[in-house]
Amino acid sequence: MTPLTSRLKGRSELGVALLLGAAGVLVLWDAVGLVTPYSKSDPVGPKTVPYIVAGLLMVCAVMLAINVMRGGHGETEGGEDVDLSHPADWKTVLPLAGAFVANILLIDWAGWVISGTVLFWGSVWALGGRHYVRDGLISVALSLLTFYGFYLGLGISLPAGLLEGIL
Amino acid sequence: MDVFNSLMDGFATALTPMNLLYAVIGVVLGTAVGVLPGLGPAMTVALLLPVTYVLEPTSAFIMFAGIYYGGMYGGSTTSILLNTPGESSSVVTAIEGNKMAKAGRASQALATAAIGSFVAGTIGTALLAVCAPIVVKFAVSLGSPSYFAIMVLALLAVTAVLGSSRLRGFASLGLGLAIGLVGMDSVTGQARLTFGQPLLSDGLDIVVVAVAIFAVGEALWVAAHLRRTPLHVIPVGQPWMGKQDWKRSWKPWLRGTLFGFPFGALPAGGAEIPTFLSYVTEKRLTKHPEEFGKGAIEGVAGPEAANNAAAAGTLTPMLALGLPTNATAAVMLAAFTSYGIQPGPQLFASEGPLVWALIASLFIGNFLLLIINLPLAPLWAKLLQLPRPYLYAGILFFATLGAYSVNLQAFDLVILLVLGALGFMMRRFGLPVLPLILGVILGPRVEGQLRKTLQLSAGDPAGLLSEPIAVGIYIIVAIILIWPLLLKAWRTSRPQAVPAAGAAGPLPQDVEAGSDVLMAEAESGARVAESTGSNNQPVHARRHQEEP
Repeated sequence: MTPLTSRLKGRSELGVALLLGAAGVLVLWDAVGLVTPYSKSDPVGPKTVPYIVAGLLMVCAVMLAINVMRGGHGETEGGEDVDLSHPADWKTVLPLAGAFVANILLIDWAGWVISGTVLFWGSVWALGGRHYVRDGLISVALSLLTFYGFYLGLGISLPAGLLEGIL
Repeated sequence: MDVFNSLMDGFATALTPMNLLYAVIGVVLGTAVGVLPGLGPAMTVALLLPVTYVLEPTSAFIMFAGIYYGGMYGGSTTSILLNTPGESSSVVTAIEGNKMAKAGRASQALATAAIGSFVAGTIGTALLAVCAPIVVKFAVSLGSPSYFAIMVLALLAVTAVLGSSRLRGFASLGLGLAIGLVGMDSVTGQARLTFGQPLLSDGLDIVVVAVAIFAVGEALWVAAHLRRTPLHVIPVGQPWMGKQDWKRSWKPWLRGTLFGFPFGALPAGGAEIPTFLSYVTEKRLTKHPEEFGKGAIEGVAGPEAANNAAAAGTLTPMLALGLPTNATAAVMLAAFTSYGIQPGPQLFASEGPLVWALIASLFIGNFLLLIINLPLAPLWAKLLQLPRPYLYAGILFFATLGAYSVNLQAFDLVILLVLGALGFMMRRFGLPVLPLILGVILGPRVEGQLRKTLQLSAGDPAGLLSEPIAVGIYIIVAIILIWPLLLKAWRTSRPQAVPAAGAAGPLPQDVEAGSDVLMAEAESGARVAESTGSNNQPVHARRHQEEP
């Protein structure tokens, strides 16, 4: 590892401070844009709380940046299935997010049964499942089951999409 | 007696065959989802929320009662059989519970947890039934200034007392409040933070936010650090307890209940502090100190009871004041709101039958939990072996389904992913999740009370201090905020103030670890809970370093 990457790695939390600062500026900018005539019935108005929130976010951003530069760092969260001894495995996370995005793009057009199958199968694959046929069957079964379960049991009709008329 | 009659009416509603069926479904679903690794009670409730949308409110809340206690119970099974609890409230149960399981006493550990949960849950629910109307009587006299103060206290207490870093807590709170701002301002109708996007003008659906932060964030986070070597699950048969176990369990159950209920009812009380207190107490009072650290049944019975009593305690401010004090209650509050029901002092008057049916079904749910879960324990243990790709793919699948079915908009899924990424980031950089969720839910209410207060006082800020209760609460808020400074001053004046942790038994190292727990907890609430999150190594490890 080169000195530059190790230095950046240790300071990746500065990104959080940046995000907080950006969120603060955004809230502030949005609040400034509100037009409110003073009214006696609402002396606080819609701007006050956004100003306070923006202030809180920006103060936190600055203090977090200082804290991180001084060597402070947040406590990474553990869990039953979490192994923190290896670095973040982007080869798992990115395909997983990909499956999620595919579902968003497909759901209204192709319908839940197809998009849900893609979502589940893609997620299982991303997480390391390699029983392609068995995973596929489970995916289709889950999607069909939830489609009919929601329709018959809960009265919610999920989009049928391409399979309209068949289902 | 009024409470008694109302409660009996509640039982009459809750015991109709259909409602009883919903209670059974709730308990089974709640336990099943709660047992799954990575899914705590809050997430369980959030994921199952859409299922209840089609039911009429009474049935929905009866099912909720089952899900709530079921999710709680499921978490303790996981921590006993796996030893790596995700929920900080189950950390203490795991300390002795897993040792018992490893020593071949898993059945007894599960039994004392189940029966202790039942005892504590029943006493806790009875206390809830008695206390809530009293709190209501007190609360109807409160005006907007006091409510504003109470909500500010709840937000600050959760942010500043729990968690290991106050700074990160406040950062999380700020993000939550910002998310809560999105949408149409309720007084002037102005769009805030909607960026011209009409789909945002109704605000972000709380179900979508909760599912994103809890379920999607967790699934992505675990995916990034998935343990490749499977965990060892201890096989278990039918839970049972011998005469000796009963004798050693019943006092810890009652003491745990006494710790749990009041802490659960306090803002920022939560279940972490009472479970630790119960553990330390049992360790001091036990007649078998040599077993502590090797699987003492008292160390499971007490904390488990405290945990469940705290769960009941949490419902007191939730129902009587509309004030959630932990993530699960926050999600339940969201569920109430989605039915157009406003928890708070008026609730008992306007929706009396519903509230009492809910309280009655808490009793029923508790009982069902006991008779369903004792025989089903081996099955729950099998659930722990579910292949992880299926488990986390399933969490994403049902999270998507739940969030989508609220409004049937693909746009909600985009928000789900964006906030899921935020949840991932928060886990990576140690930002606590609870302040964010409470900020989203309480933020708009706090703003509403603030505006009402200043409307009454015609814009004079002194109106905020117009009620004595409000003034008292601001004093508490001030103490919470300057507490760390006071503590620092106190420590510099008395550098070595470690309290003697009872008589040094045959396991001095472990007894000391207990007092470490007490000390650390006095410093900053559940910091220990966080640092012992993976297992209880750090406490012991730290102890080893201190050994001369």
